[in-house]
Amino acid sequence: MEPILPEKVQELINKFAGQEVYLHMETTNGAYASHFNEKFFSAGAYIRNAKLTYEHGKIVGDGPFRVGLKLAIGWVYAEGLTHYGFDESGHLLMAGHDFDGKLAVALQLGTTPFK
Amino acid sequence: MTETMEIEQERHVLVIFPHPDDEAFGVSGTIAIHTGRKTPVTYACLTLGEMGRNLGNPPFATRESLPDIRKAELQKAAEAIGIQDLRMMGLRDKTLEFEDDQKMMNLVTDLINELDPSLIITFYPGYSVHPDHEATARAVVRAVRAIEESKRPKLHCVAFANNTLEEIGAADIHYDIRHVYDKKLEAMKAHISQTIWMLKDLEASVAEEGSELHDRFNYEYFWTYTFDDKDKVTDIKS
Ligand SMILES: [Zn+2]
Repeated sequence: MEPILPEKVQELINKFAGQEVYLHMETTNGAYASHFNEKFFSAGAYIRNAKLTYEHGKIVGDGPFRVGLKLAIGWVYAEGLTHYGFDESGHLLMAGHDFDGKLAVALQLGTTPFK
Repeated sequence: MTETMEIEQERHVLVIFPHPDDEAFGVSGTIAIHTGRKTPVTYACLTLGEMGRNLGNPPFATRESLPDIRKAELQKAAEAIGIQDLRMMGLRDKTLEFEDDQKMMNLVTDLINELDPSLIITFYPGYSVHPDHEATARAVVRAVRAIEESKRPKLHCVAFANNTLEEIGAADIHYDIRHVYDKKLEAMKAHISQTIWMLKDLEASVAEEGSELHDRFNYEYFWTYTFDDKDKVTDIKS
């Protein structure tokens, strides 16, 4: 994974627009957050291999970055993205790594399902 | 330090945890002692910890590459403590509580029928914090409970929830594992992607005789699970 170059990522988002893609998205504080700090309210969300088509997408911000994808009748978005890269199947991986190196958010797309 | 006891000689030990590294901190010394005696030990690890969050910054792994990294770490840790029979059960991290409960129980029942263990080591249901730990513990308790009482393997559980002491009391089993601590440390180090942030400071503190960390890592603690009124695991709703 490399630090996000917004122009480069915008190009990639454009490339996947208008076709059926598989999407992985997650956000989490980790299952232990409330164990280490009982005042901490732990929350997260996860979706893997959602099949969808977006009309267009945008990356915005000065870093960490935000990415939004416009669907026919809805939206996908993620914020806090810091890094991007690819897996061996050519899926576009975007992730937000916090100051301790822990994954905080992930948004991933590709034309084939994730394993 | 509370008094420790001798580890009994077992016929076969079955260890069941959901995540690579669950075995390293709490029980790897005990496992190393069993394998040192040539007692067969099977470790069924239900997932590959696919959802681990320690990916580094700068990142050394991605959401997609992490499972292979953790699989290799798990194999290395198993080797460090002499486990010959490591089974990766192919379930997915953070999904176990959503699995079919009967399927989870059957997975354990099948292992018990195949291996005929005299001891099973897992988490203590209700006191193991992570939803995957809890789902694993429930499946094990249900599988063992279904066995006729005289034929049940012993069930030794690991508990670490903040309310453990108040609610179920102190562990009834304390093992001194100092003589195999080097193997335990090797197992902890094998899971380097997940442990690097804590191992940095750990080694020096653990070496300090009498310190809290020394005792936490040189002794291992288990709660014997009893199938009496302390057993709070419900039957599967059909
Ligand atoms: Zn775990």
